[in-house]
Amino acid sequence: MQRPFFGGVHPAEHKDLTEHKAAAPLREAPGQVVIPMAMHVGAPCVPTVAPGDQVTVGQLIGEPKGLGAAIHASVSGKVAAVEERPYGGGGRMLSVVIDNDFQDTPCPEWKGRSNPAGLSGTEILSIVEKAGITGMGGAGFPTHVKLSGAVGKVDTLILNGAECEPYITADHRLMAERGEAVVGGARLMAKAVKVQKILIAVENNKPDAIENLKALAGEDIQVHVMKVRYPQGAEKQLIQSLTGRQVPSGKLPADVKCLVCNVGTAAAVWEAVAEGKALTRRRVTLTGGAVAEPMNVIVPMGTPVSWLIKQAGGFQEEPDRVLLGGPMMGTPLYDLDAPVMKSTNGVLCLTKEEVGRRDPAQACIRCGKCVEVCPMKLAPLFLRMNVEQYRWEQAEKLHVMDCIECGSCNYICPARLSLVQSFRTAKSVLRERAAKRKEGKDQ
Amino acid sequence: MKEYADLRLTVASSPHVSSPVGTRALMLDVLIALVPALCMGVFFFGPRALVLTAVSVLGCEVFEGGYRILLKKPQSGGDLSAAVTGLLLAFVCPVGMPLWTVLVGDFFAMVVVKQLFGGLGKNFLNPALAGRAFLALSYASSLTGWVKPGTKYWIELGQTGADVVSAATPMADLQSGVLPWLGSSEASMRDMFYGNVGGCIGEVSALALLLGGAYLIFRGVIHPRIPTAYLGTVAALAFLFPQGNDPVDWMLCQLLGGGVMLGALFMATDYVTSPSTPLGGWLFGVGCGLLTMFLRRFGGGPEGVSYAILLMNLCVPVLEKHTLPGQYGRKRNGKKTGKGGETA
Repeated sequence: MQRPFFGGVHPAEHKDLTEHKAAAPLREAPGQVVIPMAMHVGAPCVPTVAPGDQVTVGQLIGEPKGLGAAIHASVSGKVAAVEERPYGGGGRMLSVVIDNDFQDTPCPEWKGRSNPAGLSGTEILSIVEKAGITGMGGAGFPTHVKLSGAVGKVDTLILNGAECEPYITADHRLMAERGEAVVGGARLMAKAVKVQKILIAVENNKPDAIENLKALAGEDIQVHVMKVRYPQGAEKQLIQSLTGRQVPSGKLPADVKCLVCNVGTAAAVWEAVAEGKALTRRRVTLTGGAVAEPMNVIVPMGTPVSWLIKQAGGFQEEPDRVLLGGPMMGTPLYDLDAPVMKSTNGVLCLTKEEVGRRDPAQACIRCGKCVEVCPMKLAPLFLRMNVEQYRWEQAEKLHVMDCIECGSCNYICPARLSLVQSFRTAKSVLRERAAKRKEGKDQ
Repeated sequence: MKEYADLRLTVASSPHVSSPVGTRALMLDVLIALVPALCMGVFFFGPRALVLTAVSVLGCEVFEGGYRILLKKPQSGGDLSAAVTGLLLAFVCPVGMPLWTVLVGDFFAMVVVKQLFGGLGKNFLNPALAGRAFLALSYASSLTGWVKPGTKYWIELGQTGADVVSAATPMADLQSGVLPWLGSSEASMRDMFYGNVGGCIGEVSALALLLGGAYLIFRGVIHPRIPTAYLGTVAALAFLFPQGNDPVDWMLCQLLGGGVMLGALFMATDYVTSPSTPLGGWLFGVGCGLLTMFLRRFGGGPEGVSYAILLMNLCVPVLEKHTLPGQYGRKRNGKKTGKGGETA
């Protein structure tokens, strides 16, 4: 049974642009890929190759330092440069630039397994770590760290196939086309963290994906069909919907005995363990009204966004903005040479009309719609009032740190106030202050 | 098409799309929802009702616009909030009121109550009701001089139509403890429902107001919690403490008579001056209902809706402070939940 989460909104879906288009590899592989050394939560990796080196697909090119995930070459060829390049996280990032030789020579270290089910949990974990798998839903947390931390502590593995962001259909197509990889990966992860109960949660706007998963699931996996509502796929809201549990403020899903992974992550685990592939490609929904030919593509990591757009027939209309991710939480790009990363589920090119109302922000009329839609049950209008007056402590007391930045309040606001932006400001100020306080104590 | 490097891309904080419903659209919906009540008012009170309403709407727009010109602030007429105030203020005035009086009310509502406190969103009293309260204190005779049937302002409906109510509204009878009709209760009840009784322009027709309220709820402009709590409290109190013979009749008279429908559906639901927290809304509605019934029974005048709502407007900050929603993963008092985190 599905329990409702608090609040939520219904933005126009626009998934029809791509939801029935099977994902295909790029028609033309990029001549050069730019692989940033930070495609995950944590510290940037240290490059293990130098300009002039020859690399193969799946060869390690970046080694994690501290929290992180290994990075591999996504094409074969010659390293052209190891230097800072623009990337989707904002600013520039140390990247390994590889000239593609179009041979796709595989790295000999990687081999498939005929009997992945025979592996032990620890073996699975070490393959996941070696393959450099990160959360594929957007945040990009290193999966081996997440799984290792959950071993023995959780009772439910939840696979997130909600894909509640408008426009994006990468997970939808994955579940419809590669259901066996999703289900297989789920079983491997469940074994690694020692849980019996596996739930796959899908919103009811993906009937073909649901049918496919149900046919493959068997008795050990339950496929949960959920009503469409944003942000159904937010980790905390998904846990609430499926189990009725609420993750305490500042805690992790493991504290309520849940482990939530994206369906794409499960498929990546399957591909690494059974098919012997490091995480070097991913599915991306290239869409939006500005793109001539919206499509789902399977892309080598590091492919420049500009290359992707050219492959889709370029722009049919001038885009107002180009985002990595969906319209509710995506990151805007200012340089289209930024590359596709492990967490890039979509490249969304929005026209001016799609962005919609552009009138300047007006006065808050205290309508309370933001309070009604907030899935964390915060009171966005009061938070904003405090932030506007630099009353950070007050904002903290009203739990601004619990904001998940889903954008529901911002979406619904009739006065077009930039609520999420003000909460981000407050959060960074408060984090900085906490860090300073800690520093002071340490000295 | 430009080279990619020449594109001027917007870089902004997410979300990148927004609901098409803006302040102006919400206000426009409120105006639309008030049209049936206006039609009924004009039908029962004649064209002067329309003139008075138009003057009031225009007056509010002019006072707000003029104030903002004088203070060199950007114009805000496009948001239609002044038009809503003008319409509502006319709705709580009797049809025979001099036009200049309603303009005085408009001035007080727009300039003193709204703009001096910072304009849209900053006023703590409902401008239309505060304007009415100001007029009631300053020009009491204009606001209680109910037009007698048969004067030029009235249009008779049917044979007995306006004869049912003479100079007084049903509220005066109710306060003195008698049911407000002479003939059969059924016919009188029907008159009160359709609006064929004495009273202010926009408050008489419960039917038209309910239609408008249903439209606002259907469109998602207002949440039903404040009207439900308000009308529910009035109904419960009337039923439990009736005067006269029949508690059901008494209850219906209290609900259909006077300004409680207009108040509950359009005044108490004013965004700016009602709580923005859900629980706060319920409490606010109950408070309005309690005060209304208290003032109707024990107050100095026959009607208590406007003062009830104004008094509750003053309580909004307190209500909001104590009714902040219990956050996800926290108890209502803001403390973190224990391990397991199940907050029912």
